[in-house]
Amino acid sequence: MDVLYGIPILGLFIQFVAYLIQIGPSIAPIILAISCPIAFGALCGIMNERSGVVNIGIEGMMLMSAFFGFVAAGFAAGSVDFDTSGPFGVTPPILLGVAVAVGVAVLLSVLHAWLCITIRTDQIISGTIINIAALGLTGYLNRIFISPNPRLGAGTFQTWRPPEFLTDLPVVGWLLNMFLHQGPIAMSLIVFVIVLQVLLFRSRWGLRTRAVGEHPRAADTLGINVLALRYRNVIVGGVFAGLAGAFLTLEQTGSFQTGMTTGRGFIALACVIFGRWTPIGAFGAALLFAGADAFGRTVGLIPPTGDLAGLGDVLGVVPAQFYGVLPYVVTIIVLAGAVGRSVPPAAVGRPYAKEGQET
Amino acid sequence: MKPREWLASALAVGTVPALAVLLGLVAGAAVMVISNSLSSGVTDLGLPFRAYGSLLAGSVSGLDELVRTVSEATPLILVGLSVGIGFKAGLFNIGANGQFLMGALGAAATGAAVSGSSPAIAIPAALGAGMLAGAAYGFIPGALKAWTGAHEVVTTIMLNFIALALIGFLVTGPLSTPGASFARTGDVGNAALPVIIGRPDGTGNLGILLAIAAVPLAYLLLFRSVLGFEMRTVGASPSAALYAGMRPGRLIVLTMSLCGLLAGTAGAGQVLGISHSISASYSTSLGFDAITIALLGRAHPVGIFFSALLFGLMRAGSALMQIRERVPVEIIDVIQAVILLFLAADIIVRTIFRIRAQRGAVVDELQTVTRTYGGAA
Repeated sequence: MDVLYGIPILGLFIQFVAYLIQIGPSIAPIILAISCPIAFGALCGIMNERSGVVNIGIEGMMLMSAFFGFVAAGFAAGSVDFDTSGPFGVTPPILLGVAVAVGVAVLLSVLHAWLCITIRTDQIISGTIINIAALGLTGYLNRIFISPNPRLGAGTFQTWRPPEFLTDLPVVGWLLNMFLHQGPIAMSLIVFVIVLQVLLFRSRWGLRTRAVGEHPRAADTLGINVLALRYRNVIVGGVFAGLAGAFLTLEQTGSFQTGMTTGRGFIALACVIFGRWTPIGAFGAALLFAGADAFGRTVGLIPPTGDLAGLGDVLGVVPAQFYGVLPYVVTIIVLAGAVGRSVPPAAVGRPYAKEGQET
Repeated sequence: MKPREWLASALAVGTVPALAVLLGLVAGAAVMVISNSLSSGVTDLGLPFRAYGSLLAGSVSGLDELVRTVSEATPLILVGLSVGIGFKAGLFNIGANGQFLMGALGAAATGAAVSGSSPAIAIPAALGAGMLAGAAYGFIPGALKAWTGAHEVVTTIMLNFIALALIGFLVTGPLSTPGASFARTGDVGNAALPVIIGRPDGTGNLGILLAIAAVPLAYLLLFRSVLGFEMRTVGASPSAALYAGMRPGRLIVLTMSLCGLLAGTAGAGQVLGISHSISASYSTSLGFDAITIALLGRAHPVGIFFSALLFGLMRAGSALMQIRERVPVEIIDVIQAVILLFLAADIIVRTIFRIRAQRGAVVDELQTVTRTYGGAA
């Protein structure tokens, strides 16, 4: 290997690949956890855009869910004493928090659906309203309810530790570890991705949804209620945004900070495009962004050494802030490369009205 | 146009925005009362009146307060124009935050470098550097959209985060002042904009005139120049612009650079006029205010000017409101979102106040923004 590593420039690249292979299995569960809110956000985006509605308010929905889920769980835990905890460290307050988080995102989705579908207002403005309202309202309520109660919180879901005979399996062991060494929300992600993928391309609902997103007039002619289906899909999409928010405060961190979504809702939109509006593709894209993120965090902690010291020297020179912006840079690059090659649903962004009722 | 007709049309255009602001204030009052009664257990119906009272006391009760209102409005005018001109050309610039930050960074770095030169050289150099830095940062999403189709709604948000990290890196590293108690750039010294109104140590600096001058300039550009005509045509219909022989790609790049220039000017003005240096954690949320301001002003420079003054007033008074009534300043963001909601869903306003429909309250060119989403032209 030393011969390969020694080649100028190309050798560094080979060292880089070797480093990724070396750290990959150990950070795989972290990658999935980082990808979780992004992928759930992307599922929300797919539900919307496949039926012809743009939703740039996913970021705001996530933030509101994260906040209200956290506050609901925190106050429930503070007012009633629960000493029972089930698998994953599930307590009634945390479950209540998840329910509230999902409920809040669904309510916001109803607002988005009403503005986009019934009022036929501009869809990007509707999303912007949700984003600005979320940032303002959670920032405001954070100061009133959370800042004076620093001990507020109901804890988080525990991650499940898969038995060693599974994770020690050759080849698939680290994959099992990646998907199973998780809390319940992250673990459920892959199930939702597969179910949605199958439903979208193999069910009557999926066919109708795609029809409504591509050519609503034709779908209407065939007797599909375009507006009702769009409503339903946008609202169900809200469930995913709610789970993304719940993950942030009730599974990953156990605390809330103003603006804690830090652009994940927008990265999710890029994943939808890069994944060509398919759940599996978007999940793959989310893993890519999460990989860039996890890589940046790992380089500082476990720098490449030994044979790979040459690479370590190069990576060590790069300032820490650079690794921090890796996911954002990757998003821009991927978006620039993917758009144009992946074709969006034809009716995306266009409100629908029956013939003769356009105004 | 006769004065009376002009007044009538101004009323027709301004009614829905004015009512949206009114409803926003009512909703803000409701949030104050409800959140206060939930957190303290006391339902205090007088709170909103006292809060809005101190908002006014902090913003219009004297010369100092008025100067503060106008200097708060200064960056809002520029950033509002940045977003508004984007709207007119069918572009949604959510990246004004990042462009503002790059303008601030460019001005702070250059200002510190030329702080010893005479003001006649230092001010134009630092200001120009900030404007250019902003323009360059607007150029990136413009070029990405024109050449690859990557929608500016996503790319500009990503660039906002990258700008924050860039400031963090440069201000803790190459640009930091030795000996400062926290990481910050050096003082801009002679590049500081002179105070022209109010207390000598106050905020009423030359930047105010810069922002006010930008309003007629933006008007002339949009409505009295060939470039403005082309920009508005692309905004109204990219395909029509293409058939007319215009080059939408070039116009998109040019418009986004111009948006960046305006937001960068705002950032440079803040640094050179008020803060005189930036810290490693320097950030802003002006870009989001600007969206509301541009929509409230219907993307028209004059409308944006008055909307920016209104928000400058709220920003100027919110500090006193937080001190006196313990209402967090974030309530302004809540009010802002509600105003936006009622502007977008103006049918609610029309139903409540029984106003007959006229032209849409939201900017028409937004259709282009949304329809180009996902890369479809």
